Amino acid sequence: MIWVMIAGMCLVTFIPRAIPMVLGRRVVLPGWVRRWLSFFPYAALGSLIFPGILTVVEGRPWIGLAAGGCAALLALKARNAIFPVLAAIAVAVGLQLALGT
Amino acid sequence: MHTDPAAEVFRGIRAGLPVAVGYVPMAMAFGVLATHTGLSVLQAGGMSFFVYAGASQFAALGLLAGGASALAVVLATLVLNFRHFLMSVALSRRLPLKREGHPLYPVLPFVLAFGITDETFVVASMEERLGIRYFLGLITTVYLAWLSGTLAGAGFSSLIPPVIARGMGVALYAMFIAILVPGVRKSLLNGLVAVAGGLVAWGASLAIPSVPGGWRIVIAILLASGLGALVAGGSADEIIREESA
Repeated sequence: MIWVMIAGMCLVTFIPRAIPMVLGRRVVLPGWVRRWLSFFPYAALGSLIFPGILTVVEGRPWIGLAAGGCAALLALKARNAIFPVLAAIAVAVGLQLALGT
Repeated sequence: MHTDPAAEVFRGIRAGLPVAVGYVPMAMAFGVLATHTGLSVLQAGGMSFFVYAGASQFAALGLLAGGASALAVVLATLVLNFRHFLMSVALSRRLPLKREGHPLYPVLPFVLAFGITDETFVVASMEERLGIRYFLGLITTVYLAWLSGTLAGAGFSSLIPPVIARGMGVALYAMFIAILVPGVRKSLLNGLVAVAGGLVAWGASLAIPSVPGGWRIVIAILLASGLGALVAGGSADEIIREESA
């Protein structure tokens, strides 16, 4: 039964992912739709960051905020995202250790 | 694309590393939870292998633990993952599938589509020299991280102490921020759209707590980027950015 469920999950996840990619550019979209699409990544980023970042450590929303702020500062300088990511992990681990868990 | 093909793939792999750092602990947590919910290591790994969508996999475990039917889990998965449809629409405009004669051409769109997650979508979207080889390098790296993390979590239970695991939970957020910052420096409007996206998602979660997370993102994407398009109006640079891909 678990495998039937996994097969179903696989289909309903894959089909919406695949339809636009398979149709590709054969579908011609008007200019306003393309302009709309061009902002999708930024809107997605905003909704992925907030409010989720408040829940990195349960009950201590500011730990996520501090780590995120550190990542933002480093991202102004770094070319690759890996440095801000590692620094944010260090801040989040450090703050928990310093303040007790 | 006139650059060396191997270098293109390698650029994609490198872009995937920060995502992989975020995926491994999350996948391990999924693996641990899956075995606690009663799935075998093979079933946990199978879910990551075939479904490959983190939030819905966690949701499935929660539903199973609560005694839900397989059909309920499948429906919840559809609802949670429908946001990838929007992401696939946006990405399909930028990944040029032109080489109809290539032997891999018929399967390529399916492979690329399978690799679309929240994280690969935003990383690829921010890449100015986005090409198919870059995207393949990116999605392969993060897929392997998700898969190996799941198996490690399910097979060896928790190897990572909780403090570190929680700390690593911040990795994906830090990565989202790190790829948002350059976009905002390019145009403040991008930042405005991101802030609007966060506020809409937050507002939706407060106003209708029962709305699944996937739909919060769908609502936020449609509304906030609509706002961006309205403010941008007829200014042509956004369209050019997309057409040049």
